[in-house]
Amino acid sequence: MTFLRTVVERELRLYLRGIVDLIGVWMFFGIAIAMLPLSIGPDPEILSRIAPGAAWAIALLASMLSLERVFAPDQRDGSLDLLMLHAPSTPLLILAKSLAHWLVTGLPFVLLAPLAAIALGMDVQGVWPLACALLVGTPALSLIGTVGSALTAPVRRGGILAALIVLPQTIPVLIFGTAAVSETLKGRDSGPYFSVLGAFTLAAVALAPYAGSAALRAVRN
Amino acid sequence: MQAAPLCGLSATENAFITHAATWTEVMAKALHRLANPARFLRIVAPLLPWTAAGAAVCIGAGLWFGLVDSPPDYQQGDAARIMYVHVPAAWNALAGYAGLALASAVALVWRHPLALVAARCIAPIGACFTVIALATGSLWGHPMWGTWWVWDARLTSVVILLFLYLGYMTLIHAFDEQGTGERAATVLALIGAVNLPVIKFSVDWWNTLHQPASILRMDGPSIDPAMLLPLFLMAGGFTLLFVCLVIIRMQTELARRRVMALRRAALAVPQASDA
Repeated sequence: MTFLRTVVERELRLYLRGIVDLIGVWMFFGIAIAMLPLSIGPDPEILSRIAPGAAWAIALLASMLSLERVFAPDQRDGSLDLLMLHAPSTPLLILAKSLAHWLVTGLPFVLLAPLAAIALGMDVQGVWPLACALLVGTPALSLIGTVGSALTAPVRRGGILAALIVLPQTIPVLIFGTAAVSETLKGRDSGPYFSVLGAFTLAAVALAPYAGSAALRAVRN
Repeated sequence: MQAAPLCGLSATENAFITHAATWTEVMAKALHRLANPARFLRIVAPLLPWTAAGAAVCIGAGLWFGLVDSPPDYQQGDAARIMYVHVPAAWNALAGYAGLALASAVALVWRHPLALVAARCIAPIGACFTVIALATGSLWGHPMWGTWWVWDARLTSVVILLFLYLGYMTLIHAFDEQGTGERAATVLALIGAVNLPVIKFSVDWWNTLHQPASILRMDGPSIDPAMLLPLFLMAGGFTLLFVCLVIIRMQTELARRRVMALRRAALAVPQASDA
């Protein structure tokens, strides 16, 4: 537990040192959402229909932007060796890394959700479902993303590669995340969708740390 | 080697453990025998002409029965004959990923060097079959559904399968050192194999327009036996072709490594004499 907190605190401090990059990621989320009406047209009816999916897809893409920062810098300067040496177990390190990644690229999207919902014409009743769905689903994105980041840790400019291999793995989260929001907006019972979304996140919490640990061992011989 | 009896267990449990250990050993030994590249090449060299000939015969006969000697579909007419290429290609695309995952698992668990080679050789061939399945499906879809492409569940799943293949192939080539890329791609292949059923379930739930499965059903196939014969011939032929291509690629890859090793050794000799 102490280890988890220490690593998360260290990661957050490092993220704060490079706050400009982080602000870039958050801005990407906002700008991409603003691009949507510009390309599709300002018709509120069309916009509100595609809004849940668009918000989810953009959140997914935005959370891929910072994958390169999860393991590559630590691998380059050697601190990953020390982290792995001091970790009670490598899966715990992966868990800490994902938690920190989620705090800076998952949680902010939850907080930005009201803005996205209103901008895309979902109106006020779309704010809660979107924020809740993002809250339940984005941890899975960070966990899967961390595994992809571990797989590409020694690769120079591995960010795009990590996104390439991670994106197909996140399809279930995208499908059920979008469904949870749009079913709520249609006034139907969206409980099951939220449950499945939560199940994906829990499964990712259980499996991703081990997959990430196997990935680190594979690429760092 | 016998596993030592463990304290606190009944005789049956100990016998079971010993038995399981023996079986694991037998399997590990069989795999271990194949881990020698020279022995592997000796075993597969005679297999190669047989698989190649088998593939040629099966595909030839399948094409004859499929294109000439089988009835046209009562609804789709002659266009349905594209099925004899499309369906076996799709089966092989899936089976290829299963083979890739299996080889990766063997490589990861037993550190089997040839399994790594097999996995990296399976990937491009499986990706090719996936592309064939997608292309023929698109050609078939145009006259039947009136569109080259629809986002239906099965089509989407096959596209995602292609992405998984491509991700594997990109990752394997992303590292400076070949072995690192192979190990990383192995882990990715296994993650994909675990996730694939979940993706399939999600996509199925997401949307379905495609006809339901008509070969593997509880109440027997719903398709005419006259169409089943060429279909199975083509499926067998494609599978043999797959195996044949994997063997050729593995032979080439092993030869390439041998050349690299010899070249390194040749370069190392003058340096050694200098010192």
